Amino acid sequence: MTAQVPAERRRRSRGGRGEQLMVPDADFRSYHDRPIIKPPVWKVPDVPAYLYLGGTAGVAASLAALADLTGRAGLRRSGRLVAAGGAVTSVAFLIHDLGRPERFLNMMRVIKPTSPLSVGSWILAPFGTATGAAAASEVTGLLPGAGRVAGLAGGVLGPAMTTYTAVLLADTAVPGWHEAYRELPFVFAGSALAAGGGSALVAGHGDGPPRRVAVAGAALELAATHRLETAIGMSAHAYRTGRAGRVLRAARAATVAGVAAALAGPVVDRVGRRSPRRRRLLDAAAGLLLNAGSAATRWGVFDAGMATAWDPAYTVVPQRERLAAREAGDGSAPGATVDR
Amino acid sequence: MNSDCIVIQGSNMAEAHPVGFQWVMEAKRRGATVIHVDPRFTRTSAVADLHVPIRAGTDIALLGGLIRHVIETGTYFEDYMRSYTNAPMLVGEDFRDTEDLDGVFSGYDPETGSYDVLSWQYEGAEVEASAGFRDERTMVQEHEHAEIAGSGGAPFSGTPSRDDTLQHPRCVFQVLRRHYARYTPETVEQVCGIDQDTFHRLAEALTSNSGRERTAAFCYAVGWTHHTVGVQYIRAASILQSLLGNIGRPGGGILALRGHASIQGSTDIPTLFDLLPGYIPMPHAHQDQDLDTFIEFNAGNKGFWGHMDTYLVSLLKAWFGDAATADNDFCFDHLPRLTGNHSSFPTVMAQARGEVPGYFVIGENPAVGTANSKQQRLGLANLEWLVVRDLNMIETATFWKDGPEIETGELRTEDIGTEVFFLPAANHTEKDGTFTNTQRLLQWHHKAVEPPGDCRSDLWFYYELGKRLKARLADSTDPSDRPLQDLTWDYPVEIGPTGIAEPSAEAVLREINGTDADGDALSSYLEMKADGTTSGGCWIYTGVYADEVNQSARRRPGGEQDLLALEWGWAWPMNRRVLYNRASADPEGRPWSERKKLIWWDGERWTGPDVPDFPVNLSPDHRPEREDAGAESIAGDEPFVMQSDGRAWLYAPAGLLDGPMPAHYEPQESPVPNVLYPKHRANPAREEFARPENPYNPPGDHFPYVFTTFRVTEHHTAGGMSRWTPHLNELFPEMFLEVSPELAAERGLVNNDWAHVVTTRSAVEGRVVVTERAKPLRVADGSGGTRVIHQIGVPWHWGPNGLATGDAANELLSVALDPNVHIMETKAATCDIRPGRRPRGPDLVAFLADRRRAAGLEE
Amino acid sequence: MGANSWYGPLADPSADAGYGADHPERVGFFTDTSVCIGCKACEVACKEWNALPADGVAEQGAGGDVLGMAGMGYDNTGGLGASTYRHVAFVEQRVPATRSAQTDLDMPSMDLPGAVTSGEDRGDATEVRWLMSSDVCKHCTHAACLDVCPTGSLIRTEHGTVLVQEDICNGCGYCIPACPYGVIDQRKGDGRAFKCTMCQDRLGAGLQPACATACPTESIQFGPLDELRARADERLASLQEQGVTEARLYGHDQDDGVGGDGAFFLLLDEPEVYGLPPDPVVTTRDLPSMWRHAAAAALTVAATVGAAFLGGRR
Ligand SMILES: Nc1nc2c(c(=O)[nH]1)N[C@H]1C(S)=C(S)[C@@H](COP(=O)(O)OP(=O)(O)OC[C@H]3O[C@@H](n4cnc5c(=O)[nH]c(N)nc54)[C@H](O)[C@@H]3O)O[C@H]1N2
Ligand SMILES: Nc1nc2c(c(=O)[nH]1)N[C@H]1C(S)=C(S)[C@@H](COP(=O)(O)OP(=O)(O)OC[C@H]3O[C@@H](n4cnc5c(=O)[nH]c(N)nc54)[C@H](O)[C@@H]3O)O[C@H]1N2
Ligand code: SF4
Ligand code: SF4
Ligand code: SF4
Ligand code: SF4
Ligand code: SF4
Ligand SMILES: [Mo]
Repeated sequence: MTAQVPAERRRRSRGGRGEQLMVPDADFRSYHDRPIIKPPVWKVPDVPAYLYLGGTAGVAASLAALADLTGRAGLRRSGRLVAAGGAVTSVAFLIHDLGRPERFLNMMRVIKPTSPLSVGSWILAPFGTATGAAAASEVTGLLPGAGRVAGLAGGVLGPAMTTYTAVLLADTAVPGWHEAYRELPFVFAGSALAAGGGSALVAGHGDGPPRRVAVAGAALELAATHRLETAIGMSAHAYRTGRAGRVLRAARAATVAGVAAALAGPVVDRVGRRSPRRRRLLDAAAGLLLNAGSAATRWGVFDAGMATAWDPAYTVVPQRERLAAREAGDGSAPGATVDR
Repeated sequence: MNSDCIVIQGSNMAEAHPVGFQWVMEAKRRGATVIHVDPRFTRTSAVADLHVPIRAGTDIALLGGLIRHVIETGTYFEDYMRSYTNAPMLVGEDFRDTEDLDGVFSGYDPETGSYDVLSWQYEGAEVEASAGFRDERTMVQEHEHAEIAGSGGAPFSGTPSRDDTLQHPRCVFQVLRRHYARYTPETVEQVCGIDQDTFHRLAEALTSNSGRERTAAFCYAVGWTHHTVGVQYIRAASILQSLLGNIGRPGGGILALRGHASIQGSTDIPTLFDLLPGYIPMPHAHQDQDLDTFIEFNAGNKGFWGHMDTYLVSLLKAWFGDAATADNDFCFDHLPRLTGNHSSFPTVMAQARGEVPGYFVIGENPAVGTANSKQQRLGLANLEWLVVRDLNMIETATFWKDGPEIETGELRTEDIGTEVFFLPAANHTEKDGTFTNTQRLLQWHHKAVEPPGDCRSDLWFYYELGKRLKARLADSTDPSDRPLQDLTWDYPVEIGPTGIAEPSAEAVLREINGTDADGDALSSYLEMKADGTTSGGCWIYTGVYADEVNQSARRRPGGEQDLLALEWGWAWPMNRRVLYNRASADPEGRPWSERKKLIWWDGERWTGPDVPDFPVNLSPDHRPEREDAGAESIAGDEPFVMQSDGRAWLYAPAGLLDGPMPAHYEPQESPVPNVLYPKHRANPAREEFARPENPYNPPGDHFPYVFTTFRVTEHHTAGGMSRWTPHLNELFPEMFLEVSPELAAERGLVNNDWAHVVTTRSAVEGRVVVTERAKPLRVADGSGGTRVIHQIGVPWHWGPNGLATGDAANELLSVALDPNVHIMETKAATCDIRPGRRPRGPDLVAFLADRRRAAGLEE
Repeated sequence: MGANSWYGPLADPSADAGYGADHPERVGFFTDTSVCIGCKACEVACKEWNALPADGVAEQGAGGDVLGMAGMGYDNTGGLGASTYRHVAFVEQRVPATRSAQTDLDMPSMDLPGAVTSGEDRGDATEVRWLMSSDVCKHCTHAACLDVCPTGSLIRTEHGTVLVQEDICNGCGYCIPACPYGVIDQRKGDGRAFKCTMCQDRLGAGLQPACATACPTESIQFGPLDELRARADERLASLQEQGVTEARLYGHDQDDGVGGDGAFFLLLDEPEVYGLPPDPVVTTRDLPSMWRHAAAAALTVAATVGAAFLGGRR
């Protein structure tokens, strides 16, 4: 029996959430247009900030470790401080977002490979300890040997810090995140590199590796985000439209400007009259723009996911399509994505 | 559950009787067809096989159409109908039908708006009511005979003439056929708005599921009773079911779905002004009767009513104990006497006139729950004292400080002289007792928790009140205090953990059951005597304490018993589950069919899974002798033992005040004329009340729509129990109004926005629920054309107090009553509807005056 | 841990979770919506038994007043939530008038009553139907909520059900978007996540869950899952036979994306009409691949940083 769909249940408008543009011509049915999955209760800015700070800290720690090994004291110092600061603030945001902050330590009750947040906690905890110790040694000048060991440990954990958060988001039923599980780690990696490198630029230690890291990271961030907006099926729409779309466009603008500024420094140096003050200003602007771009990217990703959680179309339509494909006999398993 | 077809008409059974409805669903699982005839598409319609939308207030036209269909197509159950109904009886020559007299039956007096029912009798029989008291008939007296039908038909004596060939033009069958000849499918369509196709589907489902092998049931509740012709709705169903042979058989019947928990109990042991326990009429003051004349006057001399003397004497013994002796007529004179119609509405109007000093309101919330609730409040505001016992601070207890009239300025707190006493009551989980349900089943409930604070059970309250009154009057010599002095009032008490001395509810139940000369519990009312050696508080309940066991507390799981589950609770009378079950066997006593057998004659006695509703040893070929009385006076093949002639009545020669056969009348307020009887729009015998606060909407365009008030599962009645309960309030948090998309378009109503319904009485607001479930109907406009009728659903659970508050629907209604049982018409009235909120405060008064003026009611 | 611990059919999730051979049978619900009358007794009984607060739509994030009509007809609680473990959905729809249930009346025409010859003609080929369905946590064979919970608050019980341990949950909120059915949620003002417990405390005492006990029409059937599955097959067959071809089972297939539900349904329309996902998949099915992608990306980071320094030695 094919039911003729009453008007109320067929998509007409995004009642109440008018800000968000509707999915083009999605012919689907829902229950009073209510979300099928529960939108995350994670808050803004807590979670985007946590994502951004953790990534930045991770790259900063790695930069600091290599700086230590290659004898770049300034970069080591700024990296250690950014890493520790980022780790601590990111933990603070994480705890703040908990429904029962006083039970934060329950995170350490178990180790569960099936839970990215458990894995993440077990990355974050040693990372925070290591970078904290390194920074303490850096500031106080005490126990430099131990500081070096801690710094190196933080540097090794740093890359993991940049991408486990992508799994954290992707390992949900939120279509905009789950469908993007292949791309998100690269978006976050690029975004972290841009911000980590950028933070060294801001600190005035951007010459050499940090600038290269920042520019390469920004390129990765731009490229991977572009894939989010185009290659992940229906959810891509959420990355292009609404508030998420605007935030991501702003992120891209900031990142592009940041790259331009980062590249501009040496170029200006070469063609014009050297001016350390102008150079510093330019680098600082570049770093800030890259960091703003990185933070905005996280926010945009977060927001796009939220949009796909609120709108039942993002859940229903792809699932319907894959059911149809299965019925058409392509033999795909439940949940096999047909849109890519 | 045994039914092959269940027609739910006049009830929203799934919503208002969800627990009973499980058996409808079970029957459906077993293949039964479920049909819901209702103006609204409800949760009942949702699970029915067929929903028949009907214009509110027109069921007699539909049922009449079905009666005609059954007669004309010959689809009645012929053997059953001939033997078990009064089809062959001849109606007296004086009788004239509505078809002859333009819409009234013979005996109508336009002056008083009432009938003299004498001309409706059988030829050769006399209605008991007429013997000797012909000149003194009053409304109340008539009324007694309407209510006594609560446990059987009205009594009469004599032997009516009959024609078993059913050919005589005055035999009931032919009278009935002529009466319904005009109730064709076309008429049904024009009156009810039901297309002929649907009518035929309904008729087909009903007739093909009736007969020897199959049975169909009707279920109704207040969608039928709350009309100015309510009783006749049920009569119409009785006629149909009797023709189809669907009474006294498994899966048949007309099921009155009783409302409140134990509302059935409160008619058995009545809270009604005109009945004594067990449907014995309340004696009347204007007749200087003694016990014997009362009995002679009221008892039937055929059927079980023939033993009324034993019931009444036992009752008097239960009440007055040793003081009741044969010499003093067993204190018959202690019983109060009726002096008129003391039913609820006339009493409240007397309050408004300042004629009533005090009032107990116990377990009721009339300031919200009763039609024209403003009238109720005006009555309350004019008392000297008022006692309200309730679980919550209901509107009836607070009207003097925050009622709607205070808001509009029509009343001022300082002008209200009523002294209000609010006494908190214990609820059913906080006390022992019984519930008597729809199926006449008494079920015991044990106290689960102690009542909080000052809350006390009603039993405690009355016991204490009685004790105090008796103590105060102990030394009185005033003869009018004798009844209280003689009253037995000595129940054992149990001291609860909180120190409350609670009278034993089991002791009360045992007293109701009755005891013999030795003080042992009776096991059946057949053991009752008229000589004062037995006592019993309600004869139909005798047996509930048989063998000194509280039979109502039995809880053997259904799974361990057969379908009748005789060991779950106890059903009156005598734990019988299907009334008139003798009709499940043919005249010779054999089951009509194997599939539908219930009890049968095994050569010596009636036997079967149910308790036979027949003298167990009365053989099918028994023929009564002239001098037989009571049960023996009925023939062995007359199953309807509570009826004076042992037969189901297709035509009611007595007992009703508004006609021996149902005829279609429009409600008090209707947007269309009466197509069948243009001269009589509404029931000619209805009760109307001309009072300033009770104007009736005139016909015409000012009130173009029909509204009907209804219940939802999530709330209970006037809200006293549900509006204070968060878990229910979140489910239906606000007053709402159900309208069709068509009406919404016509009046500019938007889903979930506000709108208000307007009548000459008041305006009531609610959230709009626009739903395709609501369906406009097209009916005849009375002048040859047709018009569309929009029906608005108005739930009546809200009021100003509690957590989920809203306007009370009863502000909208007028008081116009069914003459037989004085019930108000809440199910069909006219109105207007407008978008937005209603005017507030004094503006409301002005607004309504405007509307009345526009409608031509006020200058 | 067996071969299908993460995904695919799994006969005995309790055993998989480490309970011994003597653990009780796996129990669950078969909710037969074809006999649901929308009375919400289940919803209220659950709240009473579990002492849950009244909430209303606002609590569940859809906006609107607490204690206000939701504008959704007879549904004013909107959906499952942290204080609503059972939720009754009301689906009003206009369908072609050839309703199978009515064919047994054997009548010539199947029109909407009154549609043709009386009333306002809404087109004679359709009629209104009103579906009701009581939703609940599915107690998935592969429960994403349980998988992702970082504190171990969510556990598999000996009865094969999924339970939040309220004394451990720290309100991280991870389980909430992980659930493919949108069941579990965070309670405002409390911070922890809540959902149906399958009345763990009643099961322990040998009682049925409160909701099943309250259901008057046996729409909610509780019992050993294997028995329920067999009963559901029978019910489906008998409905199909009666011509109710739109009847279907949901969550009954152990080959589906969550390995079959511990609470499954008989529906009369497509799942999304009732607010259920048509093809849910436990998100952790893809977790290994997610970790691989994340590792690759992390290596990219490491490599990028390393290369930057290498380049710098020049
Ligand atoms: N949840 C809940 N259950 C209750 C109650 C409650 O308040 N809440 N109240 C209890 C009480 S006291 C009672 S008396 C019963 C009442 O039980 P019901 O009578 O079943 O309940 P109502 O909703 O008052 O009315 C029944 C239906 O009659 C329809 N109706 C109105 N006019 C007509 C008409 O002219 N013809 C026909 N055929 N139908 C008509 C209405 O549309 C409505 O659907 O319920 C009892 N059960
Ligand atoms: N418009 C319209 N009006 C109607 C109807 C309708 O369909 N439409 N239906 C009518 C019908 S059928 C009925 S039955 C009436 C009902 O109308 P009411 O009886 O006036 O309304 P209830 O809210 O049921 O009032 C019962 C009160 O008893 C209290 N109560 C409960 N248990 C106990 C107890 O053990 N002891 C004491 N002392 N109090 C207790 C409750 O708190 C509640 O306030 O309304 C009638 N009014
Ligand atoms: S409220 Fe009580 S009487 Fe009414 S349906 Fe429920 S159980 Fe029966
Ligand atoms: S339905 Fe959702 S909350 Fe329930 S067990 Fe499955 S994943 Fe967990
Ligand atoms: S909110 Fe509680 S139950 Fe849910 S994942 Fe976090 S700790 Fe576990
Ligand atoms: S099983 Fe218990 S907790 Fe779960 S929905 Fe039913 S009543 Fe509520
Ligand atoms: S599942 Fe049962 S209790 Fe719940 S609404 Fe349906 S019929 Fe009522
Ligand atoms: Mo009632």
